[in-house]
Amino acid sequence: MDRVVVGWAAAGVIAYAFLPWYGIEDGLFSLGWLRGYPASRAAGSGLVQALFHGRVSLLPVALFLAAPLMIRTARAEARSWPLLAAGAGGAVWIAIQGFAVGGQPGIGVGALIVAAAFVMLFCLGLAARGAFNGDRFVSGGIGVVIALVVVFVFYPVGRVLVGALEDSSGAFAPGEFWSKLASREVWGLGCLVSSAGCGVAWNTLFLGVLVGLSTTALGLAFALIVTRTGFRAKKALRILTVLPIITPPFVIGLAVILLFGRAGAVTTFMEWAFGVPPTRWIYGLPGVWLAQVLAFTPIAFLVLIGVVEGISPSMEEAAQTLRADRWRTFWTVSLPLMRPGLANAFLLGFIESLADFGNPLVLGGNFQVLSISIFFAVVGAQHDRSRAAVLSIVLLVFTLGAFYAQRRWLGRRSYATVTGKGDSGLHPPLPALVRRLVYATALPWAAFTLVIYSMILFGGFVEAWGRDHRFSLRHYAAAFAVDVTDFGLHWKGAAWNSFWTTVEIAAVSAPLTAAVGLLTAYLLVRQRFRGKEAFEFGTMLSFAIPGTVIGISYILAFNTPPIELTGTGIILVICFVFRNMPVGVRAGIASMTQIDRSLDEASLTLGARSLTTIRRVILPLLRPAVVAALVFSFVRAMTAISAVIFLVSANYDMATSYIVGRVENGDYGLAIAYCSVLIAFMVFVVLLIQLLVGRRRLGRRGQAGVSLEGIPA
Amino acid sequence: MKLDARSASVEFRRVSKAYGSVVAVRDVSFTVAAGTLVTLLGPSGCGKTTTLRLIAGLEMATSGQIFIGGDDVTRVPATDRDVSMVFQSYALFPHMTVLENVCYGLRVGGRPRDQALAAAREGLALLGLAGFDDRLPGELSGGQQQRVAVARALVLEPRVLLFDEPLSNLDAKLRRRVRQEIRDLQQKLALSVVYVTHDQEEALAVSDQIIVMDNAAIAQQGTPTELYRAPASRFVADFIGDANLVRGTLRRTDDRLADLRLGGLTLALAHRGIADGEVDVAIRPEAVRLRAADGAEAPLAGTILKAAYLGSHMEYTVGSLIGELFVVDGGVASPLAVGAKVSIAFDDHGVTVVGPDAGKREAT
Repeated sequence: MDRVVVGWAAAGVIAYAFLPWYGIEDGLFSLGWLRGYPASRAAGSGLVQALFHGRVSLLPVALFLAAPLMIRTARAEARSWPLLAAGAGGAVWIAIQGFAVGGQPGIGVGALIVAAAFVMLFCLGLAARGAFNGDRFVSGGIGVVIALVVVFVFYPVGRVLVGALEDSSGAFAPGEFWSKLASREVWGLGCLVSSAGCGVAWNTLFLGVLVGLSTTALGLAFALIVTRTGFRAKKALRILTVLPIITPPFVIGLAVILLFGRAGAVTTFMEWAFGVPPTRWIYGLPGVWLAQVLAFTPIAFLVLIGVVEGISPSMEEAAQTLRADRWRTFWTVSLPLMRPGLANAFLLGFIESLADFGNPLVLGGNFQVLSISIFFAVVGAQHDRSRAAVLSIVLLVFTLGAFYAQRRWLGRRSYATVTGKGDSGLHPPLPALVRRLVYATALPWAAFTLVIYSMILFGGFVEAWGRDHRFSLRHYAAAFAVDVTDFGLHWKGAAWNSFWTTVEIAAVSAPLTAAVGLLTAYLLVRQRFRGKEAFEFGTMLSFAIPGTVIGISYILAFNTPPIELTGTGIILVICFVFRNMPVGVRAGIASMTQIDRSLDEASLTLGARSLTTIRRVILPLLRPAVVAALVFSFVRAMTAISAVIFLVSANYDMATSYIVGRVENGDYGLAIAYCSVLIAFMVFVVLLIQLLVGRRRLGRRGQAGVSLEGIPA
Repeated sequence: MKLDARSASVEFRRVSKAYGSVVAVRDVSFTVAAGTLVTLLGPSGCGKTTTLRLIAGLEMATSGQIFIGGDDVTRVPATDRDVSMVFQSYALFPHMTVLENVCYGLRVGGRPRDQALAAAREGLALLGLAGFDDRLPGELSGGQQQRVAVARALVLEPRVLLFDEPLSNLDAKLRRRVRQEIRDLQQKLALSVVYVTHDQEEALAVSDQIIVMDNAAIAQQGTPTELYRAPASRFVADFIGDANLVRGTLRRTDDRLADLRLGGLTLALAHRGIADGEVDVAIRPEAVRLRAADGAEAPLAGTILKAAYLGSHMEYTVGSLIGELFVVDGGVASPLAVGAKVSIAFDDHGVTVVGPDAGKREAT
């Protein structure tokens, strides 16, 4: 009899017979449930629920669990059918039972382990049939990732689609869908003919296109300066690319308010010098546009550096030997070769703008965009979840459409001409006119960015911005005061609660994100299996879904049984893991493709299991990717706002949502102080992680040319 | 080290491997006897590496059965097959030292640390690598890396040892030496070895048996002598050694022998089951005898078109009634001049009738 099969079946049986089937009200670790255990209705196991509490529908689970233990045959192929049937049957039964039978609490640890056991039994059955080269780890890994993605991405998104067909009380009302979708508030074109505003959908699209164009133009200017001119401070410009990673996006919006708001530095100066009366012009399209362009230009810059550098100099040299002058070379060769990169940068800016939540919230005023409308449909006076769902679908269609265009249309149209043959040519210098234009746009913008960031750093140290510019630690004290009392430290500051919660949630979700992401990357790069494209699409999908949509989908999906998670810390962790997983996947794929496949195969033929191979061969070679995934998921968990703002609760408030709350109350000093602390803390953590995970051992002796591919052919 | 007790046979029974609609290996059956070295030989894309990976368990057969030492391992993953492989790229773990690389298989197999170290050192010594323990793979020459890869595979005392083009990253001189080392080691330890190469000379030099593959199927299996003397098809004749492929007329004289007419010449040779009529004939270049024509009418006459002096022998291209012939002639002392008229004759054992190619059979 097979030890692994027995192990999983036994785990399922034990969980079914002894562990509480349903979720415990105060949490599993409060241990209060032990009082009524094992017979109580709250803490009873699946078996107890079925026998003594009239939940007969849980009885068949026992049947599915027992089946694999009955297998007597030693032949792998004959064994596979009962495993497949029991695994699939049990998992499907638990799902059906959970949704169909009313009056149950959300599932708990018992049900979770039993469901996991069914998934694993099914995967073991597949491996026994020779699928995935008979590798159980691979089969199990794929099964686990699929199950997780289905439950935490597809199910919530599906729930949004269903939610859109319900009325505000939750009853099925498909008729209202069209009226909500086609309403004037969404698609109205009033702004073209009168002073009335346009629909949110048009606002969102217009803003997205504007931001996309602006960031692309600025990004190109920066990229040209760094790669094609003799500009001195290139290194400093490159630092720009790191900023958006460690800056919560709405922080820019905050700094913009400090400059151009009614009490902003520039506004007061204009009033003093020229008598311009302060207005609220910044609140609306101009402010949101400004903040988003500031926030997302570095992303376009990052994309376009690669594109501009990727163009082989020999193309340009060829044009010049064909008698084209610099100007013609630039317009007829260099720029057309960058076209796919430019389109890519535009789409990224467009998508980022659509998904952005913080800046429109802080600066939007009466200018409504979809992500904000969705938020207020849920939390505002309307409290209309189905309207939120309808708007989410509109936003989802926009972003998925843009992503689709980016992948399908641009995926294959790269003109990057790096060939691997030594390309020793020189890029020609830019035509003088272009060079002047580029300097004139990019350098002032860089200076402006610098001003914005110094606002963030210093804005927290003044008494009251715009009115009283005396140095003060008042805001830091209010947020981060610590008292030393007889009973130890007393975290008195108002921000400590949300700060520690954020750190805790980010610290828990970062390693999970890295693990799931790298496992998925391993499966995608190293394994061949049917349906791999669908698998990849599923795992990358959450990246294309705006955070606001994720937030509303999690509320719709996990507020009621069978999976009841709202108000817990777990839902925040899960949200981060699946929102940031694609980054881990990308990082893993990028570095894993550089490690020759024969290294894994050598390890396998030397008798190592897949898990051992990953641990001893792949992971040590993947350290940079591990660091990247850890850092990125930690930092993104600390800076995210759009999905989080739906999911926070009194017990689990996050730093970003706390800050946004302060901003809404006009308490800019504390908000900006908190932001600088967050940024400083993230820089510290990034450095710490790099130190802990360490460098790759390859370079130990400092000799050059150690190839990762064993020996290059 | 004593391995002969563990060396096992390998058997393929009608094994196929397809990737979607692309067939990489089609209906292949063969047996590798325990303790022998068998080469899988063929041009790139013929399915030889896929066959090797099927033995290793790195690919799973689409249909058919695979046996190692009599056990059905068709569905057994690579980890559990007790087969070791030396990769074309060597696949040494770049973050481990030489000793750690060689220890790896022993350690993951659960061998205690000191035993593993002792076995690894013994293996390294066997391959002349004592004292290289603490080097990283990147600090070794290509030949040394190759030997570390062999040592790493060998210390596990596998039932079958697999080589995937192990010499392709070495320079020509080293190649000759290393292939002899591999052969010596195989014979000393009586290993079962399956060896993939596209170099026919390498295959002839090291193998007990050669399996020639073409177009995802086996073209012919036999000893080096059999393959050279009696190629089954045009493809094998052309691939193993050089061959002049010409057309002749076959007429059977009894159940074994037949008369073959080549121009004005008639030769008696084995018909090998090939039907009478127009047939393909393979003629080895060294089996062609040229004699300066002395005016008398020769049964098969020719003219020297090209002549090259190569020190140990002459190479000629001769125009004749049956086509251009490539000829290798040991008579360096009195070479024939370009334009000279010659009469052509053939040695018995260098001329064979050959059947059509496997691929062609498929097409018709």
